[in-house]
Amino acid sequence: MDSTVVTGSEENVWGGGNQPLGASYGKLMMWFFLVSDALTFSGLLAAYGFSRFKFIETWPIADEVFTHVPFVHGNFPMIYVALMTLILIISSVTMVLAVDAGHRMKKNAVIWYMFLTIIGGAIFVGSQAWEWGTFIKGDFGALETKGGRILQFVDTETGERAAIADFAKTIPSERVNHERKNGVWFYNGEELPSYSVNEVIEGFKAHPNITVRTESIVQEGEKEGEKTVLSRTDALKKLGSATQVVEGANLIHNEYGSRLFADFFFFITGFHGFHVTSGVVINLIIFFNVVLGTYEKRGHYEMVEKVGLYWHFVDLVWVFVFTFFYLV
Amino acid sequence: MAHEHKLEIFRGLWKFKSNTQKIWGVLAFLCVITAIEVVLGIIKPEFLLKNDNAFLGLKLLNWIFIILTLVKAYYIAWDFMHLRDEKTSLRRAIVWTPIFLVAYLVLILLLEADYIYEVFRDGFVTWNF
Repeated sequence: MDSTVVTGSEENVWGGGNQPLGASYGKLMMWFFLVSDALTFSGLLAAYGFSRFKFIETWPIADEVFTHVPFVHGNFPMIYVALMTLILIISSVTMVLAVDAGHRMKKNAVIWYMFLTIIGGAIFVGSQAWEWGTFIKGDFGALETKGGRILQFVDTETGERAAIADFAKTIPSERVNHERKNGVWFYNGEELPSYSVNEVIEGFKAHPNITVRTESIVQEGEKEGEKTVLSRTDALKKLGSATQVVEGANLIHNEYGSRLFADFFFFITGFHGFHVTSGVVINLIIFFNVVLGTYEKRGHYEMVEKVGLYWHFVDLVWVFVFTFFYLV
Repeated sequence: MAHEHKLEIFRGLWKFKSNTQKIWGVLAFLCVITAIEVVLGIIKPEFLLKNDNAFLGLKLLNWIFIILTLVKAYYIAWDFMHLRDEKTSLRRAIVWTPIFLVAYLVLILLLEADYIYEVFRDGFVTWNF
């Protein structure tokens, strides 16, 4: 086999030195990584879709879960996530402006735009952490039944959610938190919730204006799309199957409804938050390289372009997470 | 490295003088779409939420959200990630591979999920107690 015949520079396809896709090695590898990472995220989101379609009639309504804005009291569904989305899109724009300035070899502009991008990323990660904190802490509290379903409480007059703390009775009991100083062999026990099931049920009986709301979504009629509100008699019957008080959410219990919702929330937004965090770190490294003049000496700012690709990808993923977690 | 940029979006309907201007134009467009999504998410027009009007098992409002998301994704990938300026072969390799795989995965998983939902609903398994 004679494979080293060179007849002309255009025909020298396998001899190296040319770029059939018109992109450098580093950029191609970044794209390779992004495509595979996109498939990872798609896997997570598709699994979310699977669980949601499986429990389509009982899935929590995102608008009722994410209703808080930092420093402000009240019910503002969507507002804060929309703001976070905007922050991430704007940091994406400053990134692409940095890439553009890099093409034109304007070092100072690159420095400033990279700096703004990093600030935007940091604000986003901070917001994400706050969102997690609020979600874990919980709002109103709920009861969990034997079957692991959630019973929430509403005011019959206003139709608004009622917090357990507002109506539960305080019954003196010997229930105490097991603490380290009380035992020789202390194992970390689960923290006791603020109220016992009994206290909630007694409080429920004492307040005729409170009733139970189940996970089931009404499928037809006037209240279509809302959660089912039980009558007082049905509610009392349902309360008989309650086994524990749930406040907030973790991987095992979730006061907002299906526990899978909390699991996917932690996994998907957590995985995305991890990407943003590593993006900020990589951006910082490139930022210092720009400040030190590394790319000025190299003659081109392709590294900024590559890290930019990663940063835009993180933004792109958030666009999908935003839709499937908060909107749909 | 693609130093030349194609400076028009919407198939030439909106032309820009420089790449920087194009970036701001795309940002404006993305903000408008996000605003539409948020407003729709807050108002929730009733006829878009009716199960009777659902298309392929998904409410019309959700279809709108998904389509708007894909539009946003297109402009992020094409203009911010410069796919518009890359060679056609590279662009197709990057875009169609995940689209094909994800469409397949989603189809399989959602059909299966709907089947399990029916098993639960028709009382073969007690789970909501």
